Amino acid sequence: MTVSFLGEDYLEVRGLTVDFDGFKAIDGVNVTFCQGRLHFLIGPNGAGKTTLVDALTGLVQGTGQAEFRQQNLLAMKSHKIVRLGIGRTFQTATVFEQLSVLQNLDIAAGLHRKALGLLLSRRKVPESVEQALETIGLTDLAHRPAGILAHGQKQWLEVGMLLVQDAKVMFLDETVAGMSAEERQETGELLQRIVGDRTIVVIEHDMEFMRTYADFVTVMHGGKVLAEGTVAEIQSDPQVQTVYLGTVTEVALDA
Amino acid sequence: MTATATKLFKTYGALIGIAVVAIVLLVWAPNSLTAFRLTNLGKYCAWALAAVGIGLAWGRGGMLVMGQGVFFGLGGYAMAMHMKLEAAGPGNVPDFMVLYGDATMPGWWEPFRSGPFTLFAIVALPAAVSFILGYAILKRRVKGAYFAILTQALAVAFSTLLVATIKQTGGFNGLNTFTTVFGQNMYDPDVKKTLYMVAAGLLIVAMLVAWQLYRSRYGELLVATRDAEERIRFLGYDPANIKLVAFVVAAIMASIGGALFAPLAGIISPSNVDATASIMLLAGVALGGRAGLFGAALGAIAVGYGQSTLSEEFPTQWTYFQGALFIVVMLFLPGGIASLWRKLTAAMPNRWSRVIKPSRTSAASTQSEVVA
Repeated sequence: MTVSFLGEDYLEVRGLTVDFDGFKAIDGVNVTFCQGRLHFLIGPNGAGKTTLVDALTGLVQGTGQAEFRQQNLLAMKSHKIVRLGIGRTFQTATVFEQLSVLQNLDIAAGLHRKALGLLLSRRKVPESVEQALETIGLTDLAHRPAGILAHGQKQWLEVGMLLVQDAKVMFLDETVAGMSAEERQETGELLQRIVGDRTIVVIEHDMEFMRTYADFVTVMHGGKVLAEGTVAEIQSDPQVQTVYLGTVTEVALDA
Repeated sequence: MTATATKLFKTYGALIGIAVVAIVLLVWAPNSLTAFRLTNLGKYCAWALAAVGIGLAWGRGGMLVMGQGVFFGLGGYAMAMHMKLEAAGPGNVPDFMVLYGDATMPGWWEPFRSGPFTLFAIVALPAAVSFILGYAILKRRVKGAYFAILTQALAVAFSTLLVATIKQTGGFNGLNTFTTVFGQNMYDPDVKKTLYMVAAGLLIVAMLVAWQLYRSRYGELLVATRDAEERIRFLGYDPANIKLVAFVVAAIMASIGGALFAPLAGIISPSNVDATASIMLLAGVALGGRAGLFGAALGAIAVGYGQSTLSEEFPTQWTYFQGALFIVVMLFLPGGIASLWRKLTAAMPNRWSRVIKPSRTSAASTQSEVVA
């Protein structure tokens, strides 16, 4: 790429609304995802966190504005958005179970290849794939089918696939759900290692995980942004406390 | 190092298999079979050509193509039109047009007097038609049963159109009574043998093409698209384009098969290209094993053999036997007969112990502690 986007790689969302037959799952959301930080997106179930990411990645239709590198994401198809440098994972890990770990990563690297190159077979492991294997710590399992990986390892593989895609914005949907405490810590450290000049947006339910690793937090409730700020600011916000007290979360936020 | 040896065998073992098939078809068969049997085997090779394409589109791409008869027919009719014009002689019109019509030939027949144009059309026609159809169907994200029904409807429409246009296409009788193929007397045993050799040779070529596609990055991508189409989108690919390539390649293979079938069988008619014929092509692939390289080709040859040879001996029972075989294979070996080997080896001990996925319930319980 000839043009440098350093410092400009922010994703700006203005007045985003997603309407499901009259029910506004997202209602006029304004949020800016800036480069180089772990941005956590939290909120009770049904707050619209996943729907927001769905709208930004072309999975559901939204109205309003969402711009990245001067492109309007809301008018683009999913695969074009990915090619622009925006990647995501899903709540349930969806790796290709019959293909090996290496093949999974190799396929993810494919968007940087020419179409005719696809007709050739893979001769050596691309450097980006090798690096990603190293980063996510799955080098030893490279030739195993992805289907035999443990739950946490599959999630890391997904992060690895985003790395070889060279996604500048990564949306991670509940990546640490179902992980052991140890795996959570490894995941958090992995995210801190790779964030660099990327923008990493983590949808999360786990408040402990959020407190430890978040650089910036956006709290959503009922399809709207309730509060934004650092972990400390969020924790002292009375509105946030009310929303979470209404559910069960006093313990979690004050612990 | 045994891992690399296994890997080598995995990639190149198939080549050895193709070589064995090539020796049987190109060396053993011409020297051992009677001319009649050899021509029959040539017909099965023509079906197998279409079957290799179905293996690609269905087995690897997950598209249940139930209308490959259309493309088989495009190639078959293109070739048959050329042979009809050869038989009629320069400037003359095919006999059936005199018989059923007013002896005027539609303009679109004219280019098929040329041999090179016919060969070009055999590849270009199905490629263009399958591209347009595939683009329209796949971009609209039509898949699964809807895709299958749509393609089968195309086969029904195609054969109905042929039957209805007796003055232009020979109608229900199809095109037959050829005399020469590219200037060679069709009843000369050497010419018949050459026709067979071309059919068998092209089948080997098609298998080599499929082999390279299967082991290429495209092949991995196609399997990935079959298994998780939505996920592929989020790797920056449009799954419709990936499937479209397989659909077009399958159509070209079917067309070449049809183009060889017409001179080998001496006829091409709506019953060779209709929905039933399309399903017969599919049945061979399903029996043999759709995802493998050999299952599709050998399955089609076996079904072809069963249809014409065993049915000579057991004319009434054969259809029932074939139906029963189909049901048994689908019930107990959904991967086809080719998967029998894998099933047997899988039943042996010393397999990787499967890691049990932590269920979502454990995730949910963690969440409920924290948030609610």
